[in-house]
Amino acid sequence: MIRYIIKRLLLAIPTLLAMLTVIFVLVRLVPGDPAIAILGDQATEESLQALRSQLGLDKPIAVQYVDFLTQVLSGDLGSSMTSGRTVLQEVWQVLPYTLELTAAALLIGTAFGLPLGTWAAIRRNAWPDYLGRIISLTGLSFPGFVSAILLLLAFSVQLRWLPVMSTATDDPIRHLENLVLPAFNLGIIMAAYITRVTRSSMLSVLSEDYIRTARAKGVGPGRLVMRHAVRNALIPVVTVVGLYFGTLIGNSVLTEIVFTRPGLGKLILGALTSRDYALLQGLMVVFAAFIILVNTLTDLAYGLIDPRVTYD
Amino acid sequence: MSETILDVRGLQSEFRIGGRWYPAVRDFSLAVAANETVALVGESGSGKSVTALSILNLLPAVGARIAKGSVRFGGEDLVGLPEKALARLRGDSIAMIFQEPMTSLNPTMTVGDQIAEVIQIHRGATRTAALAEALRLLEEVRIPAARQRLHDYPHQFSGGMRQRVMIAMALACRPKLLLADEPTTALDVTIQAQVLALLNELKESYGMSVLFITHNLGVVAQTADRVAVMYAGEIVECAPVDEIFARPTHPYTEALLKAMPRVDRDTEALEPIPGQVPAITRMPAGCAFAPRCPLRAPQCERHPELLPLGPSATHHLRCRVRAPQESAA
Amino acid sequence: MSATVTSPMTAARPGMAILATLRRNKLSWLGIALIVLIVAVAVFAPLLAPYDPLKQNIIHRLEAPSADFLLGTDTYGRDVLSRLIYGTRISLMVGFVAVVIAMSVGSAIGILAGYIGGLFDQVVMGVVDVMLAFPTLLLGLLIAAMLGASLENLIIAIAITEMAPFARVARAPTISLKEREFVAAGRALGFGPLRIMGVHILPNMASDVVVLGSLWMASAIRTEASLSFIGLGVQPPTATWGGMIREGFENILTAWWLAIFPSLAILVTVLALNILGDALRDAIDPKLRSENAA
Repeated sequence: MIRYIIKRLLLAIPTLLAMLTVIFVLVRLVPGDPAIAILGDQATEESLQALRSQLGLDKPIAVQYVDFLTQVLSGDLGSSMTSGRTVLQEVWQVLPYTLELTAAALLIGTAFGLPLGTWAAIRRNAWPDYLGRIISLTGLSFPGFVSAILLLLAFSVQLRWLPVMSTATDDPIRHLENLVLPAFNLGIIMAAYITRVTRSSMLSVLSEDYIRTARAKGVGPGRLVMRHAVRNALIPVVTVVGLYFGTLIGNSVLTEIVFTRPGLGKLILGALTSRDYALLQGLMVVFAAFIILVNTLTDLAYGLIDPRVTYD
Repeated sequence: MSETILDVRGLQSEFRIGGRWYPAVRDFSLAVAANETVALVGESGSGKSVTALSILNLLPAVGARIAKGSVRFGGEDLVGLPEKALARLRGDSIAMIFQEPMTSLNPTMTVGDQIAEVIQIHRGATRTAALAEALRLLEEVRIPAARQRLHDYPHQFSGGMRQRVMIAMALACRPKLLLADEPTTALDVTIQAQVLALLNELKESYGMSVLFITHNLGVVAQTADRVAVMYAGEIVECAPVDEIFARPTHPYTEALLKAMPRVDRDTEALEPIPGQVPAITRMPAGCAFAPRCPLRAPQCERHPELLPLGPSATHHLRCRVRAPQESAA
Repeated sequence: MSATVTSPMTAARPGMAILATLRRNKLSWLGIALIVLIVAVAVFAPLLAPYDPLKQNIIHRLEAPSADFLLGTDTYGRDVLSRLIYGTRISLMVGFVAVVIAMSVGSAIGILAGYIGGLFDQVVMGVVDVMLAFPTLLLGLLIAAMLGASLENLIIAIAITEMAPFARVARAPTISLKEREFVAAGRALGFGPLRIMGVHILPNMASDVVVLGSLWMASAIRTEASLSFIGLGVQPPTATWGGMIREGFENILTAWWLAIFPSLAILVTVLALNILGDALRDAIDPKLRSENAA
């Protein structure tokens, strides 16, 4: 098992290198002189030169690339140009908020999506199925910030049940209040994905030969679904949850902005508005590492669900 | 003849295609006596499997139905029995094994648990007791090192071993009737013979009736007491096994026998049957076999009935050419 | 048994099957009707809009919906309905142009990779997989931020983020098609690779690529709105749905109508495209065909 994890992580290295290369290229897409873009065209040639050498922009592009790779691989993601703190310090500070939000969204998405998708598959072409399909299609169509604003309008502005803005607090109740709407916003979108995949996965499992075998054994409908179908249907669902993680982060950026919540999303937006390219590049590397980590965890999860997967 | 275990009368099973219902099994009547093995023979698409699935009402819930007929088992008509009552019978007094050992076992449950589940459901046994019984069954179907293999998953077994697991599962509650749907078709020839021998042996020791579905007449000779030949959803000929081989009367039975590989004959002498079984949406109005039949005559335009052949009550035939029928269909 | 049941369906020609599926799938008509309506709004925007979308009118600023201003006015006193109508043009244009670029470039990359094969294929598809792994929105955000906020850059950013899936979809059939007889025959006749790719391979995957296009256009419109909301899209004073929601968000406590109407417009547009894309995909993928047959 440990050996498998190590092997799997080693296999991820080429992917990580490819991702780093894409990030490197994208960040250098910036037309014109990044130093001018950062400092503005009023800056003196002296300060521009200082910034260029600070960013390593005066070196040839190949050297910049190698520098970038060696730094990242040795764990140095660079420093923010505005706050002066390292990227890891910046990330570390807001990571708990993002993790908390992501975990809550995952929980809500699974808690709603799995039963709804299963129910829709069992009652195919009956009203639970139509309900599930309408909910999932609508959920899939919402851009994350649109649903966030509609939730905010309904629950915070009109009903006044929940705060409009998140404020730093030590009170656990207030803390939870701050979490409810953002978590639901991401959770509903997640539930839409999970409902959809669970439904189609469940439909294909229910037409499998071994389901017929189980019925021929006298297994009743409840046990048939819970004991024979769900575990088999879960395999594609795990894949989708893993793949969806990237979209979840993307949506969390907008969600954090709408609910004025600290987190990686706010950090990205801050880096964009202050043209802090060093921070931006570092954050992208963090995201890439996250995605690879989640992919590895997804692979490990297969082994827990599917006995045919072996760790060797 | 001894006590009748299963009595199917006038069964008609239909599928819905493009909004219309088409029969896949028509006017199917067959009785199986205690300890008797009846073989249901025909090409693929002839409605054998649909018949077996209809008996346990395992047809797909949507797009399939039993339109007519009765399936009497133990004094009850299984047609129209609520799902709950059917579930009590399935796996207990009527068991079924399927063609595809590769896909018919749940890949995420150990074989031990899959066998034990039957005993837990029908006998209310604890998991421990049921697993002990599952071990005994695995030994009975001669799985080597059964004690270790109890906790293995289906993908760790070969095709033949999986079919043995299926058989163990089917026998777990000592059923009175076993529906075996092409149980050896997917296996290699040598494995096929072993599994067949095992089934024959277990049938004797358990004292069950078997409805054995196959497209292979060679298998029939070794196992069956009686043979019903099916074509396009109907029984076209039904007789004791010796009679079928000695005096095949329906042109389709003859064709099947000619197409059967035999030790005492050159493979080159095999005559495949030209054409194919008509789709259930394009069933001819008269005799369904007529389009492929070398003996086709004008009277085949009218649909033939299944009638006793000669004085014997054991040989039945559905053919207007070989057994002229006066009554209008 | 199952073969007999499905044979009449598969026997029909694919085009007919698509039409038949669409005819049976009532929901897809809703999608088509909505899309026609939205396109009409975009085309006839100058006729439909009651006011000039850019005309400021400080006297009427932040007015709630009324008979004069059906959907209210914004902070500069501009008519929300008129801005909404003109915003349709930007959303549709950005979505359409970005997807067409992504579709053409992406499929070309996929066909080339599949046709040439070897190391070229491996490297290209490696990059494609990395692009697929990146969240669309983050990638779009990064590219748009790097290029600077403008209409052209927005389109480029969205097109780049959406190329990867088209490359994937175009590559697989190319590999199997290039081994087929008619392609070999073409080669034997001395046709050049470009002609073979264009005449023999492209038409065989066109339907898949177009279906994917309709699904990704929904995503492109969503990304456009998201980037405009963040401020990386078409710059004010041009009316865009995402930009309007941004203004609405800034005034969320006082003027609910600013955010809600463009939000609904995005939702309806994306939903309509998703419904149509789903129906088309079901119609093309025989495995899924029976699912929507109700």
